[in-house]
This record gives sequence, structure tokens and C-alpha cells, in this order.
Amino acid sequence: MKKSWIIAGAAIIVAVFGWLMFGGLQKNVVFFLTPKELLAKGPEGVNVPVRLGGQVKPGSTKWDAKTLDLRFIVTDGVKEMPVKSTGAPPQMFRDGMGVVVEGKAGTDGVFQATNLMVKHSNEYRAPKPGQNAQEMYKTLITNSSK
Amino acid sequence: MPDISSDRSAATPPPRTSVWLGFVAFAAVIFAQTFSILTSPADRDMGHLQKIMYVHVPAAWMTFLAFLVVFVYSMRYLWKQNENDDLLAASAAEVGAVFNGLTLMLGMIWGRPAWGVWWVWDARLTSTLVLFLIFVGYLALRAFVDDSVQRAKWSAAVGAIGAINVPIVYMSVKWWRTLHQPQSSPGTLDPAYTLGLRLNAIALLLVLIYFIRKRYEIARLERAIEDFAQAAAMGGK
Repeated sequence: MKKSWIIAGAAIIVAVFGWLMFGGLQKNVVFFLTPKELLAKGPEGVNVPVRLGGQVKPGSTKWDAKTLDLRFIVTDGVKEMPVKSTGAPPQMFRDGMGVVVEGKAGTDGVFQATNLMVKHSNEYRAPKPGQNAQEMYKTLITNSSK
Repeated sequence: MPDISSDRSAATPPPRTSVWLGFVAFAAVIFAQTFSILTSPADRDMGHLQKIMYVHVPAAWMTFLAFLVVFVYSMRYLWKQNENDDLLAASAAEVGAVFNGLTLMLGMIWGRPAWGVWWVWDARLTSTLVLFLIFVGYLALRAFVDDSVQRAKWSAAVGAIGAINVPIVYMSVKWWRTLHQPQSSPGTLDPAYTLGLRLNAIALLLVLIYFIRKRYEIARLERAIEDFAQAAAMGGK
């Protein structure tokens, strides 16, 4: 009786494990779509709230400090998508950085972002000689006191 | 008057944790923190915000280790029904929950400036929160059950099954696409940061060992007092 309870419990755990690793969650617990995946959805991917993730294409950033209008292109190396965002980006936002934007793709093919997040890689590098490290905490303090 | 250190339930007397282990552990934390903060340069992208790594990452490792102890001793309790295994598992769960909470808090403090948000419901953050809630639930369960044998059985089941979440948390950044970065390795970490991280991990490991041992010692004494009070209530002496 007791043994069968343990075996049943172990079987459930193994099943849940297997499901987590190979089953439905693999597709559903995706935090963001790449431009390639979003474009592959066609009309179904337009005007629905999604998260789009990728790299800020170097040289694509346009920032208007007066209107707080931020435009850049998100690329996954295969496909790319222009993004329009409003408001000051996080401090670590820059060309070549990983980003995740929340919003909707418009019918004009431009992604309207409501929220912009920077995705940091697992790399921690000291600045090269002559390069200045970003003093983020200082800019944060001045920003929040305004 | 019976000696409370010789409780009937356990043949061995409660262990005595040397206070020196505590001194060494906290001195190691002070040394490792000072060393790593003074020697490591500001990160190229995030500046001195990188320093949070010296507590956040080792605290996450200690969480995993503490819950591994919970798993091993919960299984051992189910196998042998020795009360001391239950007390050790509970001690490790308490200390693990503290490290788990620390990991979450520091991660949020880092996430606000680095990501731009305090919290997101990605697989890594969500599974880490679930791990925290499982062990807070484990501790709540212990507080609610009065009968010590029932308490030990139920919490051993929760502890053993709950610890299954540890490998899920660890692998979450590999299995699923998350906002949280995958594990760093010596290849993605400049040598200027590696030594500091390792020293802090050793220091927090000493703290973890000291806390679990000390908590276990207290748990054993509490049990001895409970037994003594029970014997007295039964009309002993």
C-alpha cells in the first residue's frame, strides 16, 4: 500500500518533468517572439499584444528628445522589424543591445511598443583601455530626482 | 529533575555548533565582499551595478544547496523515520528560504536599472518565486501541524517534491526563452570578476553551513524541551 503510493508519486513527478522538458511548455513559456517568428504569423500577428525580442540593429536608433520619440530596428539576424516607442529608454539601451518590447505590430509593419526592456547578456566585461564604464547609478539618481 | 539534553527520541545528544565557525564565516563574508568590491572594475555596460552579482549569484547557489539538503533528509526521513532527519530538513528549509528571498530581492533591485522593470513573469523569475512559495508553504505547514510524527511525514513529502523545482529553476534559462540571462561561465566573465565571485561563494557557503547547523542545534533543544514538558504533564515528576 505504502510502496504503491511512493511509486505513483514518483511516476507523477517523472511525467511532469517530461512534460516540462519536451511538452507543451516548451512552446508556451516563450517570453518573447523573434521578428522572424512574428512575421511568420502573417495577419494573425498583427494588432495582437505580443512581446518582440532581438538585438537593436546597430545604427538604426533615432531618438527625438523633444517629442520623446524613439525609433529603432529589432533584428534576429534573419528578419528585422522597425519599432516605434515613446518615452526615455532604460539606461542600458544602446545599439547592439538585446531588447524585449511589449506592444502590437501595426498594419503598416511598424511595431508600436508600450514597454521597452533591455535584455542583458551573461557577459560581464571590464571596459577596454580608454573606454568609460557607464555610471548607471548616477544617471538613475539624477533622473529620479527630477 | 531529568536532564533535557538526554531526550528519549534521539540517542545522540544535540550537537554543539562552535561559535568559531560563525566568526570565520562572517569574517569570510566581510573579506570576500571587500576584496571583490575593491578589485573589480566597473562593468562596460552597467557600471558598478555589476557588484550586486557578488551576493545575488552565490545566494542563488546557496538556495539550491539548502534545498538539496532538504531533499536528501526528507527522503531519508521517509525511509528511516528518524526524527532528527526531519529537524535537519526543516532547518535547511528555513535557511534556504532566507537565501531564496535574498536572491529575489537583489535580482529585482538589479533588474530595475538593468532591464527597466522590477519584475517580469518569465520562466526563470516565475520558477524562482514558486520555489520560494513552496518553502514558505513548507514552513507554514510545520507551524500548523501539532503532532510531531504527522508534521514530519507531511513536511518530508512537501520538501522532497518541492525540491524537484530546484533543477527546473536552474535549467529554466536553457529550456525556455527568458528575459533573465543564462548562467555566466568563466568564458563570459572577465577574470577580474571571477575570483571575487568564487570567494563570495565560499564565504556564503560557510554562512550556510553555520546557519543550518545552528538552527538544527536549536531545533533539537526545542524537541527535548517539548518531550520534557510532555513527560511532566503526564504526571511524571
